[in-house]
Amino acid sequence: MITIKSEREIELMRESGALTAQVLDLLEKEIKPGMSTKQLDSMAEAFIRDHSAVPSFLNYAPKGDPDVTPYPATLCVSINEEVVHGVPSIKRILKEGDIVSVDCGVYKGGYHGDAARTFVLGIIDEKVQKLVDVTSECLERGIAMAVEGNRLHDISSAIEDHARSFRFSVIENMVGHGIGSELHEDPAVPNYGRKNTGVRLVAGMTLAIEPMIALGRSRRAISKRGGWVAVTEDGKPSAHFEHTIVVRLGKAEVLTRTFLGR
Amino acid sequence: MAKEESIEIEGVILEALPNAQFKVKLENSLEVLAHVSGKIRMHYIRILPGDKVKVQISPYDITKGRITYRYK
Repeated sequence: MITIKSEREIELMRESGALTAQVLDLLEKEIKPGMSTKQLDSMAEAFIRDHSAVPSFLNYAPKGDPDVTPYPATLCVSINEEVVHGVPSIKRILKEGDIVSVDCGVYKGGYHGDAARTFVLGIIDEKVQKLVDVTSECLERGIAMAVEGNRLHDISSAIEDHARSFRFSVIENMVGHGIGSELHEDPAVPNYGRKNTGVRLVAGMTLAIEPMIALGRSRRAISKRGGWVAVTEDGKPSAHFEHTIVVRLGKAEVLTRTFLGR
Repeated sequence: MAKEESIEIEGVILEALPNAQFKVKLENSLEVLAHVSGKIRMHYIRILPGDKVKVQISPYDITKGRITYRYK
């Protein structure tokens, strides 16, 4: 069931969204080679709790899969070939030349905000840089389609077409989602699909749009049974950007945009 | 945080329906309506209630699937 949020609810989501964006801004400033992914995680958790909010991902357990243990951290930090859901650890040290996808969720006032960015450490391969840039553009193109009157898969196909035009591959088994008082709500927002299909978008729907794009040909991100981290099938790097948005008439409103303009 | 959607999952046939469709109970205890893939049709592979099968599901509509393999 897809819920249409009232202005009062959207106002609350604006708050949790803004806080999510601030966490990512903070991490963007602080992230550097030599840090462990756990350090980033503790920094984010402290920041969120200082603002009287709660990390959304901590103890999150997806429904319908009894094998999976609740998520043990605040952030998902996924390095290079890791697509999403990298669990922070003191043993994972960031190094020059890595691309690091950081995904963060904040629960405040009864509503969730969810956003992700891929950070680039030092000088990286030209092709990988292109991947990161294109993934970010994919997100913008997806958001541009999220207006009242369009259909859900217009977003999906805008993302897919842009990624494919650079011969990058789209991860199909991880999808964006509706968001609100639950972290994952209906509908699923896949990053591939055909134009002019899917449900009609109505103002007040809140979606987390998140393209996950990879070099190489991997169409799936695989995780070990019961484990969290999902990696590309062929070990090629992947990038991930995400915003929480509200569908509006004319132009979508991005709830997790910040002063850095990302 | 991205939501994970299984693309391929195993299940057990509960009931045979008309038009080569089946009701399948999946590993994660959800029930879906699945039809038989062309390749299985081509090779006249018979499927009966109680058989274990592999089902492909699209994230678009997780209540429908396609049966791609019948385990012996």
